Amino acid sequence: MIATSVSSGVVVLVGAVFLACAVEMVEALTIVLAVGHTRGWRSAFEGTAVALVVLTALVAAFGPALVHVPLSVLRLVVGGVLLIFGMQWLRKAILRSTGLKAKHDEDAIYRAKVAELQAAGSGVGRDHVAFVMAFKGVFLEGLEVVITVLTLGTSAHRLGLAATVAAIAVVLVGIVGVVVAKQLSNVPENAMKMGVGVMLVSFGTFWTGEGLKVSWPGNDTMIPVLVATYLLVTWLIVALVRRESPVVTEVVA
Amino acid sequence: MRRGSSLPVRLVRGFATFWWDFLVGDTPELFVAALVIIGVIALLSEAGHFNAAAVVALPLLAVVALGISVRRAVRAARRK
Repeated sequence: MIATSVSSGVVVLVGAVFLACAVEMVEALTIVLAVGHTRGWRSAFEGTAVALVVLTALVAAFGPALVHVPLSVLRLVVGGVLLIFGMQWLRKAILRSTGLKAKHDEDAIYRAKVAELQAAGSGVGRDHVAFVMAFKGVFLEGLEVVITVLTLGTSAHRLGLAATVAAIAVVLVGIVGVVVAKQLSNVPENAMKMGVGVMLVSFGTFWTGEGLKVSWPGNDTMIPVLVATYLLVTWLIVALVRRESPVVTEVVA
Repeated sequence: MRRGSSLPVRLVRGFATFWWDFLVGDTPELFVAALVIIGVIALLSEAGHFNAAAVVALPLLAVVALGISVRRAVRAARRK
C-alpha cells in the first residue's frame, strides 16, 4: 500500500520543497511580468532563458559533487544551513503576521518595478536594463530554489523526487501566474512562508542532529513531531507578540 | 561592485556576498545561534554520549534563538 510505503519524512519533504519553490517562483514571476509588460517580452524572455541556463549549469556542476560528500558531513552542513535559513524565514513570517513588519505585496512590488523600469528610459538596440532585471530576478530566486532542492534532496537521498516536486511547483505557479497576470498578490505568501519556515527549521534540526550522531526516537517519524512542535511555538510567539505590540498596516514593496 | 575589477574577482566577490547575505544578512544572531547549537549538541552527543539531552536540547535551543531574535526585532520596532 502506498500509505505505508511513503514515510512521513517524505511527505514533509515534498511539502517543504513545493511550498519553498512556489514562493520563490511567485517572486521571480512578478519581476519577469513587470519587465515584459513595461519593456517588451523579448528581453524578459532572454534574461529568463539565460538565467535558467546558468542555473542548470550550476546544478550540473555541483549536484553530482554533493553525492560524493560523506553523508554525516553533508547532513551537518545542510542541517546548519537549513536551521539558519528556516529561522530567518520563520522570524520574518512571525513579524509580518504580527504587523511589526510590513507584508510582502506582489502588486506593490510589481508597481515599483514598473516605475523603476520606466524611469530607466530606453536605449538603442537590445534592451540591457530589461535583460539584466529579468536575469537577476530569475537567477537570484532560482538560486534559492536550487539550494532548497539540493540540500533537502541530497540529505534525504531523494534528489530526483525533490527536483520533480520543484519542477511541478514552478510550472504550476507559472501557469497560474500567466493566467491571473497581475493578481499574484492573492497568493497567501506569508502563510506559505511560515509553513516553509517551520518545515525548514524541522529538517534543519533533524539533519543537524543526524550529522552529529544524535539518535532520534522513531527516526524519520521525528520530523512531523518537530513540525508540530515548531508550529505550536510559532503560534505561541505570534500570540505573545500580538498581545504586547500595536499592529502596523502598511505594506512594503 | 567596483568598476575595473577583473571578472574572477567580481565573481568571487559576488559569490561571497551572496552567501553572506544568505546566511548572515540582517540577523547575525541567528547565524551565531546555529553555530552555538551545533557546538553544544556536538559536546552532548559525540563527546558526552548524552543522546536524550541532545534530542531535547537541539529543538529547545532553536526555539530560544528564534525567541531572542523576534524579541530583538520587537524592541527595535518599538524604538522607531
